[in-house]
Amino acid sequence: MKSYITYFKLKFKTGLQYRAAALAGLSTQFFFGFVYVSIYVAFYESGSGNLPMELKELISYVWLGQSLFALVNLWYKDKEIINLIKSGNIAYELCRPQDLYLMWASKILGERLSNVALRFLPVILVAIILPSPYNLDLSITLPRLILSIITMVLATILMTVLVLLYHVICLFTLDEKGVINIFMVISDILSGMVIPVPFFPNYLQNISNILPFRYISDFPFRLYVGNITINEGLIGIMIQIIWIIILVILGKLITKKALKKAVIQGG
Amino acid sequence: MSFIEVKHIKKTFKVPIKSDGKFGALKTFFNRKYNYIKAISDISFSIKKGEIVGYIGPNGAGKSTTIKILSGILVPDSGNVVIDKMTPWIDRKKYVSKIGVVFGQRSQLWWDIPAIDSFNLLKDIYKLEDSEYQKTLNELIELLNLKDIINIPVRQLSLGNRMKCEIAASLIHRPKILFLDEPTIGLDAVSKKIVREFIKKINKQNKVTVILTTHDMADIEALAKRIILIGKGQLLYDGSLTKLKRKYDYLRKITVITKDKVKLENDCVVEQNTIDDGIEFIIDIRKIEINEFIKLISSKISISDIDIDSGNIDELIVKLYEDFKI
Repeated sequence: MKSYITYFKLKFKTGLQYRAAALAGLSTQFFFGFVYVSIYVAFYESGSGNLPMELKELISYVWLGQSLFALVNLWYKDKEIINLIKSGNIAYELCRPQDLYLMWASKILGERLSNVALRFLPVILVAIILPSPYNLDLSITLPRLILSIITMVLATILMTVLVLLYHVICLFTLDEKGVINIFMVISDILSGMVIPVPFFPNYLQNISNILPFRYISDFPFRLYVGNITINEGLIGIMIQIIWIIILVILGKLITKKALKKAVIQGG
Repeated sequence: MSFIEVKHIKKTFKVPIKSDGKFGALKTFFNRKYNYIKAISDISFSIKKGEIVGYIGPNGAGKSTTIKILSGILVPDSGNVVIDKMTPWIDRKKYVSKIGVVFGQRSQLWWDIPAIDSFNLLKDIYKLEDSEYQKTLNELIELLNLKDIINIPVRQLSLGNRMKCEIAASLIHRPKILFLDEPTIGLDAVSKKIVREFIKKINKQNKVTVILTTHDMADIEALAKRIILIGKGQLLYDGSLTKLKRKYDYLRKITVITKDKVKLENDCVVEQNTIDDGIEFIIDIRKIEINEFIKLISSKISISDIDIDSGNIDELIVKLYEDFKI
């Protein structure tokens, strides 16, 4: 177990070295945050009412999404793992007395947490001090806050195993483009990172309620902003856990199968 | 039973054929055809504990594939391998902690951080005791002279220094067997020498069994008493290097610096070339001994200098490959 934690630590440490990237990411997050917030404010001011989320909820939802963007967006490839597969350096990973799946899970988790570590606080701070109605709402009850944190932790695990699944599929396709790109686009949309799920047409909402994607960002955010009741939250947690189990089993099976017929690229 | 026992392994790779033309990619998508490439068609050998074996063959002969099968990464289509009473791809986790692997063309060190951090990670991966790890590490640092380089991020190291770190990384857990897949590729003469000396040393001191693939015949000459030659996936020769030399290494190049001119009509001379300040002979030492030849030549011309080029092992291998038509 210790070695997996070391992987995580190493990745985390390496990730923190890239400050310029973090800065660039930060400005992107601010930019998109302001654009989304301005659009929604204008939209609500001229709107007809009868909208699925209150403006206050929606703005907080946007800021949560932007501050945690580096952690929860599903358009994500771990360059190092992809390169391992493409170049054949995976040969070395397979010479270790370790479980490839767990090793990669800790790498992905380490990298993503390091990415978000540098961006989370600045975005949140700015979002809090902005004047109403542009700000992140902090008024929340304790049980809701605790539940939100639990769902966020589960969401992080769910994100890791989902992203990992895409990476182990690469063991078959030997390339991250094509199929995997399509998966990523679909999951990004269905996770509510482009438009919040409540604004989807009904049939699409039903689809995204079944699939795991929205339980990574949309669900914990809406629980926090108060758009979902505590009871719905508890059901959501069950769904998160079920999806984590399914994706882990699927990922492990694919890894096992892929390694049996592995072709190591290059010499 | 030998330490390493390889029996009749076979491995075929399935490679899709791409069609060309306007809708080539589309055609390939719907109607896939495959080429079956036999990387290894039938190879058996056995290796004793503490041996150094040079595993050689031309490009694409199946050397790396064999190494990958022996290190548990690839599964052969058929055949059996038993190493230290384990089958590599079945007892993978247990087995790989007993072996060290260096793929000369790849890197196992983390690119952005100093080598020492990678070593520390390996310590956790192989679950090494602190004291044991420190001891091995100090030994490696001394033997390979790593003191000044392990604290520099790997991406800033020269290839030679990086390779030294790579080799150290593969020995940090004191493996019983070391697989080296082209360990001296791209290295300069000094680094090559250091790497060779080091391999010799750990083989002697720690009784590490070494299997080495290379295209650099000087590696083989310096290290391996026994060589296994494969070509087109088949085993062609398994035996000592000396024996092979006796059989194939019979040409010597003798360069004579002289002002005189002579034309030797003797069937021991394979080739004669006039060069700037003298004559170059290539002779067949099966037909004439070198001192006999020198007597012969000095009776005809006055010699101001002479140079005898002992057989180049690269040429030997070329001859060997030609002989086996690979």
